[in-house]
Amino acid sequence: MSTATRESTQPQPGSEEDLLVDVRGLKVHFPIKKGVIIDRTVGHVYAVDGMDVQIRRGETYGLVGESGCGKSTFGRAVLQLEPITDGEVHFDGVDLSTLKGEKLRTHRRHMQMVFQDPLGSLDPRQTVEQLLLEGMRAHGMARDGKAARDRLSELLTAVGLPKAALSKYPHEFSGGQRQRVGIARALSVDPQLIVADEPVSALDVSVQAQVINLLGDLQDEFGLTYLVIAHDLAVVRHISDRIGVMYLGSLVEEADGQDLYDEPLHPYTRALLSAVPVPDPGVEDAREQILLVGDLPSPANPPAGCRFHTRCPWRQETRCDDERPELREVQIEGVPGSHRVACHFAEQIASGELAMHSVEAVEDEPYWAGPEPDEDVDSAGFAARDMPDTGG
Amino acid sequence: MTDNHRPDDPEHTPAASSVEEVYSVEKQIDLSQKSYSQGQLVRRRFFRHRGAMVSLFVLVFITVMAFTSIGYGLIPSWWDKTFYDAGAAVDGGRPTMQLWPFQIGEHPFGQDTIGKDYFALTMRGTQRSLIVAFTVGLLSTVIGTLIGAIAGFFRGWVEAILMRVTDLFIIIPLLVLAAVVGKMASGIWWLALMLSLLTWTGLARLVRGEVLSLREREFVTAAEAIGTGPWRIIFKHILPNTIGTIIVSATLAIAATILLESALSFLGYGVRAPDTSLGLLISTYQNAFLTRPWLFWWPGLMILGIALSVNFLGDGLRDAFDPRQNRTAD
Repeated sequence: MSTATRESTQPQPGSEEDLLVDVRGLKVHFPIKKGVIIDRTVGHVYAVDGMDVQIRRGETYGLVGESGCGKSTFGRAVLQLEPITDGEVHFDGVDLSTLKGEKLRTHRRHMQMVFQDPLGSLDPRQTVEQLLLEGMRAHGMARDGKAARDRLSELLTAVGLPKAALSKYPHEFSGGQRQRVGIARALSVDPQLIVADEPVSALDVSVQAQVINLLGDLQDEFGLTYLVIAHDLAVVRHISDRIGVMYLGSLVEEADGQDLYDEPLHPYTRALLSAVPVPDPGVEDAREQILLVGDLPSPANPPAGCRFHTRCPWRQETRCDDERPELREVQIEGVPGSHRVACHFAEQIASGELAMHSVEAVEDEPYWAGPEPDEDVDSAGFAARDMPDTGG
Repeated sequence: MTDNHRPDDPEHTPAASSVEEVYSVEKQIDLSQKSYSQGQLVRRRFFRHRGAMVSLFVLVFITVMAFTSIGYGLIPSWWDKTFYDAGAAVDGGRPTMQLWPFQIGEHPFGQDTIGKDYFALTMRGTQRSLIVAFTVGLLSTVIGTLIGAIAGFFRGWVEAILMRVTDLFIIIPLLVLAAVVGKMASGIWWLALMLSLLTWTGLARLVRGEVLSLREREFVTAAEAIGTGPWRIIFKHILPNTIGTIIVSATLAIAATILLESALSFLGYGVRAPDTSLGLLISTYQNAFLTRPWLFWWPGLMILGIALSVNFLGDGLRDAFDPRQNRTAD
């Protein structure tokens, strides 16, 4: 099995028209309620705040960001598992955000999810067989008993589990095997898109590689499209054709896999990548590290202007504080048009025209110190340097 | 076990070949252990639960004895006395049953104050109490579970209405309502139905609480994501995971119903003389405790036996339904 970065094996049908997922201005805000008898909404947690993402058929889109930046919420919102505040999610030309009830239910066949916690996402009272049949029954794919049984063994073979697994309960498996069951369940309804929400972060490092390679193999076999959400830069680099970097509810940078690692443009991405250790002591000691100060600001009270300006070592007096940068193409030599960044001064930073300066940590009142939010949006506040796992 | 090896599929998929080595790492984890269906597992665990087995035996014994001794409906009787005919007092109405040398005698449980055979009376009372207790245990559990599950899963106005109705039922004093309904009609089945309609409230709240926490669990999201409808999620994912709460609550309800029925009977709203129930027997003869203690002990022993064995059975069932409890399977 090759450990090198997986090439984009699917022929990219180049044209921008062959989009499977087209997310426009997606916002998911959770109300913060207060009051004993009558709930008053006293504010919102801006978990996802204006995301535009286009995923082409057959590609793997990696979404990275630190804990609490809203990447999981985004993944769930794409699948309509979270109520959308604003925006549109087009899937294969259908606006999912307008679908309700039975229509949405039947549409779920085409988009599936692989969850972070393999045990928590499998019903402890159901055998693997029941778990796998559930989706097929829900979409009328298990009417023929024999065909259904054939399909089950096909699924198990595809994810590398023995047939004996069918009659087992989730708690009888190891972590990696459970995740395989989770993947088999997602595959059971023959979907086009799989949203993998931190598919390997709950697994042992030795098993992580197996599951990631399995995901890659399945993509080749079934022509799947992936949205992989992760905080591990090495994982994302290994699997993704395109990568989006998320910070506090929106994208700050988006590029084809290798471009992002070769030439990070956004200050946040630069800081992230500089935190990845290099397995060479000479290089490791000599290279420049950008250490971010302070914590992720509260998503209930995000900074005005550029969301990153409170921690940005390149922050400027003008524009950064009050003008929110759009994701845009930049005019820098050697940077392709597919590489977009949401920074007012990306060109000046790249050319070295702007120098880094020190940043005072802003004491931001954490949102959990205020009124209890309705939904738990992970705990914000892991420093960026805690994020990357191993270098690729 | 051939199943432990990946089957050599002629339609060998490319993905399978590339996961070969992956598989070889993980196949050391034993999947060859014999597997049972859920039903088999539940039965196996249940039958290995010693307390539950003893209780099952006691309960079946009491039930069979109660329904065959003096007969019920079409079931013939083998006991030659009835619970309504008074006879001449034998030995001042004391129990004639002896353990050593063993003999049953004319009136094994003794006679009541007017000479009725107390064995027949106790058996009749046990019949009535069992009918009421199990009907109420079943009906109120079904009602409470449904209302709690629907309220907890759908939230919003459905929950608001259902839970306010529940509150309404809780604040009405049970005895007052039972007295009013009891005045209108009587009869054992009517009594059972009425009690069921009044006693589901506690379980409804319990189940709602459990459902509120379960619906946020990831496997429910996963079921929703794969396209399972809300009712199927409730019945296939949520309720099976609350089975422990439901069964424990049902067994407690059965035990509590026996006491509730006796309270109502004492007040004259439940079972009425000449018919009798265990509760009614105890209430009637509570003053005879010092002079004729057997009039108190026999029905008391029956209540104790039924309530205890039902509780142990509930314990055994809960353990059997929970596949994570593996202690009897090794």
